[in-house]
Parts: sequence; structure tokens; C-alpha cells
Amino acid sequence: MTQVLVALFLIFSQLSLLAFGGGNTIVPEMQRQVVEVERWMSAQEFTALFALAQAAPGPNLMIVPMIGWRVAGFAGLLVSSVSSFLPSSIVSVLAVRAWERYKDHPWRGAVQAGLLPTTVGLIAASGALLARSSVSTGDFGGDFHLQWGLALIVLLAIVVATRTRLHPLWVMVIGAFLGMTGVGQ
Amino acid sequence: MSIVMDDGAAPVAPLHTPLHRPTVRELFLGFLKLGLVAFGGALPLVRRMAVEEQRWVDGEEFTDLLGLCQVLPGGNVINLSVVLGMRFQGVRGAVAALLGFVAAPTMVVIALGGIYDHFRDNAQVAHFFAGLAAAAAGLMISVALRIAGPMRGRPVSIIVAALFFAAIAVLRLPLLPTMLVLVPVSVFIVRKVGP
Repeated sequence: MTQVLVALFLIFSQLSLLAFGGGNTIVPEMQRQVVEVERWMSAQEFTALFALAQAAPGPNLMIVPMIGWRVAGFAGLLVSSVSSFLPSSIVSVLAVRAWERYKDHPWRGAVQAGLLPTTVGLIAASGALLARSSVSTGDFGGDFHLQWGLALIVLLAIVVATRTRLHPLWVMVIGAFLGMTGVGQ
Repeated sequence: MSIVMDDGAAPVAPLHTPLHRPTVRELFLGFLKLGLVAFGGALPLVRRMAVEEQRWVDGEEFTDLLGLCQVLPGGNVINLSVVLGMRFQGVRGAVAALLGFVAAPTMVVIALGGIYDHFRDNAQVAHFFAGLAAAAAGLMISVALRIAGPMRGRPVSIIVAALFFAAIAVLRLPLLPTMLVLVPVSVFIVRKVGP
């Protein structure tokens, strides 16, 4: 048990400090750690939890307390939440103080411009990995069995979300009910 | 989906209302309410609360703090809640804002996780969750496409983004060493060659 809590702490405190560009950028690494390294759950289960967390209100990355809870109950919930929120919060508070001092320094712009491709690449990787496990029944990156009905839902969600201003929550509700028909699965 | 900056909604309170310094209790309750109602991206709602409804900060300062929170590690909106709480009530304010923000969503996701476990063996419910997951994946891809917009016509940025994608999604390399190598390279090249 202690071992699991230490693992949760190490994984989420590291991810907390690596989440440049917001929580969505660390989903691939979280999936790698939780599914491939620790083998706490299958890729499908991870993707399902991620989707549930996205459907819930509040900030991004509510998947973190869900993982902690599943792996080690209430203690896991506490450890995963604190280790994912605390390090980045401390950095933020310190950074705000430094920020006031270097307000018009030129490296601000350079860092921002240099981080954009990082964020885009990582969020695209999140999308690709989530899509891969959401359209397949194979576990742990093993056999890949394409479920074309689910692949269509992925494509539909991309088109609707980029072409219309429909609220993301509705996109998820529609996807869930299309999935419930079981067509192409 | 915290990338959306502005919901375009009309101001709720007149913007010439004087600024109000929130108490610890107001920070906690304000973010608790947001945690309950903010579906699919809390950022526009945080802005509406902090700038328009409660008048904790003006729009310019909000944008400045947000810009900072976006380059820092961690969830943008989480960081923003901590920074706002800290600004007005120090560490107690930061803790109150953060706890208020995550309390309700944490209980909601634990309940959803329980429902998922309970019904996952039912074929129809399993298909429902499969559809939900597929839609969430599609939404994530659409976020990547949307924020990639400013990179159009910037070959260096596109190559760096592609390198990151390949390292993480295809080669499945660990994030820490990948970032330690690619982020300084990215910042350096963008600075030298241009985006």
C-alpha cells in the first residue's frame, strides 16, 4: 500500500511540474505510467475514466483523483490530488512574484513562442493516444481491433467541434448516445 | 479545454464598479460555485466571476495573470485560482480558492467512477461509455487543431510540434527527458531562426 502511495506521489508530482501548456499535455505520460509502467488499468479503462472526468464540471484533469481513488482508495485520492496540485501551485506563486519584476523582459515573448509548438505537439499526442485506445478493444497497446462505429464518433466529434460552436458537453452526450446504439462495435 | 479565452458574453455588472478585495470565505465560495457549474472549460466562467461579477481584478490584470499561468506548469485555471487567492489573502486565500475549486468536481468524478464500475458489464452501458470516450478523444484532437492555428506558415514551429508528437505518441518516450531536450531547443531555434 505504502509502495502504491509513493508511486502515486512520484508520478503526479513529476507530472505536475511538466504540465506546460495545461493539464492536457501530460495525458500521454500519465497513460504511459498508469497503463504501461504500473499496469494499474487497461488503456481502455484509462480512456473511459478520462472521458468521465471530461464530462464532469470543474478544472481539467479531474482524472487524477479518479486514478488515486481506484488505485488506493481515500489515501490514494489525497496523495494524487495533493501531489498533482501542490508543486505547480508553489511554482505559480513564486513565478507571479518574479513576473512583476521582469515584466517587460524580451525572453517572455521568446519563451511563449517556443512553448506553443510543444503544447500543440503534446495535445495532439494526447488526442491520438486517446483516439487509438477509444476505437480499439485491445489491451495494453496489444492487439488492435478497430471498432469502426467508434472511429466514426471520433471523426464526427472532430468535425463538429472545429466547424460549429456546439458546447463540448453536448458533443460528448451525442457521442455517448451514438455509442449506446452499439453500431459498428 | 482550458484554451478558450473569452466566451464573448456581455458584462454582467457595470465595469466601472470599484474593485472589491475578496475575503477567504468569498474566495472559497466563489470557486466552489464555479467548480459545480463549469462544464467543458472553466476559464470563461472564472473571468466572468473575477472580472465582471465580483470585481476582484480588472480585465487587464486578469489577462496578464492568465498569460503567466499559461506558460507555467499545471492546469491553467487551477494556477489562476491559486494566484488570485494568494494575491488577496496570502496562503490561506490560495488554499481556500484551490480547495473550493476542486471539492465538488472531486466528489462528482468519484461518483461517476462508481457508476462506471457498477454498470460496465452491462453491454449497453459499456457502449455508452465507449461512445463517450470516442467523443472525448475527438474533442482533444479538435483542441490541438484549434491551438495549432497560429502556427500556420511557421515551418519551424510545425517541425518542432511534429517532433514532440512523434516522440510522445509514436515512440512513447518518457516526457521528462523529451522535454529537457526539446523545450530548450525549441525556445532557442524560435528565438534565432524565427517561428
